[in-house]
Amino acid sequence: MTALIFFIFAGIAVFCGISLVVQTHPIASALSLIGVMGSLAILYLQLGGEFIAAAQVIVYAGAIMVLFVFVIMLLNAGAEGRSLGASPFAKYLGILLLAAFLGLISFVIQAMLPRTEGVVFGAFQGGTALEFGRKLFTVYLLPFEITSVLILIAIVGAMVLARKEL
Amino acid sequence: MSWYLILSAILFGLGVAGFIYRRNVITVFMSIELMLNAVNLTFITFSYTLKKVDGHIFSFFVMVVAAAEAAVGLAIILTVFKNRETLMIDDISSMKY
Repeated sequence: MTALIFFIFAGIAVFCGISLVVQTHPIASALSLIGVMGSLAILYLQLGGEFIAAAQVIVYAGAIMVLFVFVIMLLNAGAEGRSLGASPFAKYLGILLLAAFLGLISFVIQAMLPRTEGVVFGAFQGGTALEFGRKLFTVYLLPFEITSVLILIAIVGAMVLARKEL
Repeated sequence: MSWYLILSAILFGLGVAGFIYRRNVITVFMSIELMLNAVNLTFITFSYTLKKVDGHIFSFFVMVVAAAEAAVGLAIILTVFKNRETLMIDDISSMKY
């Protein structure tokens, strides 16, 4: 059952990933990215990451993608045209090279890693908000506080960049 | 478990392909987000294998950085569009206008 769910949602993720790359319209790419993020959230849930799955849906698929779609709509971005001086030969060679590279990576992952039993839902219970928060606010407290400074810098930077005169 | 890592590698490869192949700035930016997501999947998978929650926290920090990066990056894209009226990276190849 776990493996079946993995293959279904891995298939959706790969399909949406390919769709993100080959679609010419930015809105179609954005919707494909939302599909990838949603199926990845299901896989996180299966690996025991309840909090991260929720954060993936809320922060990524919610906040960040809304920002993307908003900017695409605001700029009225249309479909992109053909690039100057791009030969179709290079494209097919690139697809071939990517497939070969991914095959090599898969082989290395299969051959090098020690044998482990398959993923079972519920085998790892440490990903709840309780465990996550306990670790975040004890061991990783300093990085968490530094993150707030980073967010502040990002807010100020975005406001400076979006001023009228620049 | 190795299937999850292979899925992560495939998604990362697709992100790299989109980053190189696409010519719209926004789509290039979305390919970067796809790569970050693939790395997150690797963190969560190793967190499951090692039975530790640390990978979830790294992945959480990646999400935070991605949110900040999206805000600043999209502000830069807005400014560039305001100045040059284009989103194609072939037309924005020079830093000084």
